[in-house]
Amino acid sequence: MDATDQKRLLREMLFARRFEERCAEAYQERQIGGFLHLYPGQEACAIGVLEKARPGHDYVITGYRDHIHAIKSGMDPKAAMAELYGKETGCSRGRGGSMHLFDPTCRFMGGYALVGGPFPLAAGFAKAIQMKGGDEIAICFLGDGANNQGTFHETMNMASLWQLPVLFVCENNLYGIGTAIERATVETSQYLRVAPYKIPASQCDGQDIDVVMSEAEKAVTHVREKRQPYFLELMTYRLRGHSMSDSGAYRSRDEVEQWARRDPISIYRARLEAANILAEEDFQKMDTDIQNEIENEIVRFAMESPEPRVEDLERYVYVDGGPKPWLK
Amino acid sequence: MAEMMYWQAILRAHDEEMARDPLVFAMGEDIGVAGGTYKATTGLFAKYGEQRVIDTPISENSYTGIGVGAAMLGCRPIVEIMSVNFAWLAMDQLMNNAAKVHYMSGGRIRCPFVMRVPGGTAHQLGAQHSARMEKVFMGISGLRVVTPSTPRDAYGLLKSAVRCDDPVVIIEHESMYNLKGEVPESEFFTPLEGCETVRPGTDLTIFAYNISVHWALEAAGRLSRELGIEAEVVDLRALKPLDRAGIAASVRRTHRALVVEEDEAPVGVGSEVIAILNEECFFDLDAAPVRVHARDVPIPYNRQLEKASIPNAGEVFAAARRILGK
Ligand SMILES: Cc1ncc(C[n+]2csc(CCOP(=O)(O)OP(=O)(O)O)c2C)c(N)n1
Ligand SMILES: [Mg+2]
Repeated sequence: MDATDQKRLLREMLFARRFEERCAEAYQERQIGGFLHLYPGQEACAIGVLEKARPGHDYVITGYRDHIHAIKSGMDPKAAMAELYGKETGCSRGRGGSMHLFDPTCRFMGGYALVGGPFPLAAGFAKAIQMKGGDEIAICFLGDGANNQGTFHETMNMASLWQLPVLFVCENNLYGIGTAIERATVETSQYLRVAPYKIPASQCDGQDIDVVMSEAEKAVTHVREKRQPYFLELMTYRLRGHSMSDSGAYRSRDEVEQWARRDPISIYRARLEAANILAEEDFQKMDTDIQNEIENEIVRFAMESPEPRVEDLERYVYVDGGPKPWLK
Repeated sequence: MAEMMYWQAILRAHDEEMARDPLVFAMGEDIGVAGGTYKATTGLFAKYGEQRVIDTPISENSYTGIGVGAAMLGCRPIVEIMSVNFAWLAMDQLMNNAAKVHYMSGGRIRCPFVMRVPGGTAHQLGAQHSARMEKVFMGISGLRVVTPSTPRDAYGLLKSAVRCDDPVVIIEHESMYNLKGEVPESEFFTPLEGCETVRPGTDLTIFAYNISVHWALEAAGRLSRELGIEAEVVDLRALKPLDRAGIAASVRRTHRALVVEEDEAPVGVGSEVIAILNEECFFDLDAAPVRVHARDVPIPYNRQLEKASIPNAGEVFAAARRILGK
């Protein structure tokens, strides 16, 4: 990877961080409502994995912590922010909200609120790919907590049984809301849990994007070439609460500080600086540019966009003008 | 016209749609090699292969979700749930994903998903194999729910459901797979919306769906023969969306209404139809509408108790007499 790409990656992670922080502000200003789950701390996961996949070509699905997966898949951040603001210009026309971003044009197939719900959907995308005969793969990002749902076991079994081209990425941030993994799960190493389903699996550091990319490359290649499932576990940590309503009382300050030292942006920045690819001023300028872009283009677009019309409330319950073969 | 059984009509619809469109596929427990619990997919495995006629593990929620995911990418899955009772396990994927994804994506993702489920009370199968879940499905925004009462509609509704871009639940009936009826030989489609008058009449309207249409027709025959009462029988057929205009139109002519449902009364088709009558044509009513429904009990095993728990033609007949004061 050349220096330009490395700087782009750093910029993408920093953008993700600032985007999410700006969402938190907008939430406090009550511009954004509902539940808001932010991604700081985990940026190297979505960005590293998708860097090695083919966003826009491969189908991506995740849970409710979905902003960065959507943007890295190719969604316009303006459409993402407008969605959080509930606007008609939002990626889901204001009907979805933070947890339900969608953009089929770049094959981002959505954020879903039910923990574990996306497992079978991802396998279903892979089934469709298999039937249509393309070289796409399906990529499903979920948390460690999701692996205690029945859908995890049911889907692993069927994905392996039917050799579906789906990559499961488990972002293991050690908590499901306020419950530490060892208090909810006997086998805390998630990648070991797919062994009975004969799905190849591995575990790696999720804070160092170089490590993530190298493991993701193997995983993606496996799924794309062998047309088989793969399970990749990324060890990570969220630096904020589970959602905006989380006090974080269940984690020690010590633990949070330790992980803050493994901030994916700091790690990568230090590496680029050490290699003389990036100077201190470059980083500051990058940061300023990002914040300006977020403020002047993205948030402004969201603020100035129109609300959906109340007259359209019942639109999209069913497909408008869908086929009615009985009328012919 | 050809006479065929309900299961054969379903099989024919599968076969025609699968032959036409390579993205139509069927999945469910024992539907492939074994041919389906009610034979509705017999022979398809040999004809279309294991990629398109899929025997699933016993994982209702997740194979439903796999169907939903495939539908979101433009496939047209027909998922069979062996018995409606097991559909409870698939409610998460059906209700949270299939029914909602089009709306919550602002119309950007379609989900042309079909679920077929045999429902109803059969013969002494006990409380866990006798569910009627129409009240549950018809309460979910984003779904379409249809209930064929004849082989003709079992064929025509499945044909329309496969072509439809919305998720559709088809509630069949455990006791009706061997029912015989006329099915036109040429291809046709039964509407997924609107009700159908299956017997015209002037004195009252009996609303029914699925198996209760047969109870209603039997009762209507007796009412005519024994009392000279001409009951109109309306097959609701589509439970979601319910045909408000069609329901009201019939009662504006007959001025009296009876609703027959196989489900328990609290919450359901009967209460919904009567609410519609109140809202649409209250002043056209000459008598308070009545519902005939199952008793509010888990279906018992004992044959007598089971019979007593679900309605029949005799109860419909008696209720119609009460409404007319005869
Ligand atoms: C089916 C279901 N049960 C419970 C919840 C409430 N809930 C939301 S997120 C969450 C924790 C999930 O943890 P994990 O899968 O590890 O994801 P993380 O938030 O840590 O990324 C819970 C319990 C839910 N949304 N869906
Ligand atoms: Mg977690």
